[in-house]
Amino acid sequence: MTRATLVRANLRRRLRRTILTVLGLATALFLFVTLRTFLHTLQTVGDVGSESRLVVSNKLGIVFPLPMSYRARLASQEGVHTVGYASWFGGIYQDPRNFFANFGVDEDYLALYPEIVVSDEHRAAFMADRTGALVGVRLMERFGWTVGQTITLQGTIYPGEHQFTIRGVYEAGRRGFDESSFFFHHRYLDEIMRAQMGEAGFVGWYVLGVSDPDRAPQIAQAIDATYENSASPTRSQTEKAFNLAFVGMYGNIGFFLNAIGMAVVFAILMVSANTMAMSARERFGEIAVLKTLGFTDGAVLRLVVAESLVIVGLGLALGLGGALLLFNLVQFDFGGFVPGLAVTPRVALIAVAIALLIAAVSAAVPAWQSARLKVVDALRYVA
Amino acid sequence: MALVEVQGVSKVYHRDTVAVPVLENLDLTIEQGEFLALMGPSGSGKTTLLNLLAGLDTPTSGSIRVAGEEISKMKPKQLAAWRARHVGFIFQLYNLIPVLTALQNVELPLLLTPLKKKERREHAETALRIVGLGDRMHHYPRQLSGGQEQRVGIARAIVTDPTLILADEPTGDLDSRSAEEILELLERLNREFHKTIVMVTHDPHAAERAGRTLHLEKGALLEARGARPAPAGGAQ
Repeated sequence: MTRATLVRANLRRRLRRTILTVLGLATALFLFVTLRTFLHTLQTVGDVGSESRLVVSNKLGIVFPLPMSYRARLASQEGVHTVGYASWFGGIYQDPRNFFANFGVDEDYLALYPEIVVSDEHRAAFMADRTGALVGVRLMERFGWTVGQTITLQGTIYPGEHQFTIRGVYEAGRRGFDESSFFFHHRYLDEIMRAQMGEAGFVGWYVLGVSDPDRAPQIAQAIDATYENSASPTRSQTEKAFNLAFVGMYGNIGFFLNAIGMAVVFAILMVSANTMAMSARERFGEIAVLKTLGFTDGAVLRLVVAESLVIVGLGLALGLGGALLLFNLVQFDFGGFVPGLAVTPRVALIAVAIALLIAAVSAAVPAWQSARLKVVDALRYVA
Repeated sequence: MALVEVQGVSKVYHRDTVAVPVLENLDLTIEQGEFLALMGPSGSGKTTLLNLLAGLDTPTSGSIRVAGEEISKMKPKQLAAWRARHVGFIFQLYNLIPVLTALQNVELPLLLTPLKKKERREHAETALRIVGLGDRMHHYPRQLSGGQEQRVGIARAIVTDPTLILADEPTGDLDSRSAEEILELLERLNREFHKTIVMVTHDPHAAERAGRTLHLEKGALLEARGARPAPAGGAQ
């Protein structure tokens, strides 16, 4: 028999209540970690964007194309060393639920992204094949594809079944960069456009490599001024700003997720504090007996705090552990727009801090009441 | 040799703005190895006196010395340590911890001693054998009769080999047969183990087992019956 035996015995006293409290805490902490992780992931979308790349899109919105003819003029813009372009294809693989990002891109586009790491052999094979595709490693794993396999995508913007041959696999050269996209040659997309609409010569957006990131705002301003009165005015911004604007669409969602997370934690804090207070109140008589035997106020306080810590510790282990396991085992995929979810050490530490706060607040009142209760008064609870 | 010396002790409780005197200028001496019964009507101050002797409460005025130590001036933390070392308390309603076995209940006070785990267990087993519950060590309180529960309570009170055993109506919740067994056990602890026992009781039959009986009424000791001599060898 040790003091730990006493703590364990007290926790088993109302086993169902202890289990429900632990599960409540675990659920709350799991939700909190999940929401924070999702928010953090959204925020990192901006971080993976580069300051040395400009994205030029149609001022009316990214769904409106820009003429291919802009390319030469953009390339001649002072401070721009490379111009690449891409177009959203919107192809579906077998089922609309199998969503992933698929783009037609030109050679320079890939050159602008050193984060897209691909072997020379795969790069050469991709470049040599008109219908070739370069696919992210996570997308390959998701569908169990192999290099050389022919993939059929059903067009949504460009109706019909379009075939691609996987010629290369890329990995992210930077943490947080997406590994779930499907790139193919823009010239193949041009063929499809011509076949279906009788014309080509449009791109979704341009990506510009700038020599001096500090001058990127001026370059963007100059480009937009150039096309201000054209049929397709532009909006130019750094890739980082472009990504943040994308995340900005989730601005309110972020606020609500945060609010929900805090509300859940606050609610469970109240529930846990009430449970601990009830548990201590029920045992004032026993606490009086312990004090009669010679247990000091401090010793009683430590017992109450220990019980609270065990309950919260179990809740934390289940909640945080569950989230860690889930996000490590299950590779959540947002179609390449958002990097996969992963619980960061910072989020885990916040969860631990919240758990400690819950333990402290839950134990504070009953511990204080128990410790301050006079033995003679406390013994009256016995009967 | 006097083990307990109570001199000029008064205790006044305050109920809102009203002062309620419970003990008034009380003097009492208890010899080592004595078995003393405290009787008196409800509200006479018996339990208050017992609580003062146990160091559970402090007197409003006066002094209490136990085994040479002035306990009436001790701070709460000192009193708690002193109780752990010197007092074994037996409650009327046993007050065992329901989620602990008999053995664990008896081991409880030993958590406050420097004894090792194995030694604590051995001491608790010995105490339970002394009270005749060697075969009920792993039973929970709910699996024991009232008399057996009180025996566990007595084992818990003696396991630390305290200077003083204080019993607050130890037979008050028991049937006559169980009460008789408990009284015999207390008598045996006094006679064979030379334990100094102070027992509060309403029952004159129980008080007859004690060597000396004191009557409390309205906070004052009114009558003292002749003491049976303390067993030779003294307590401890």
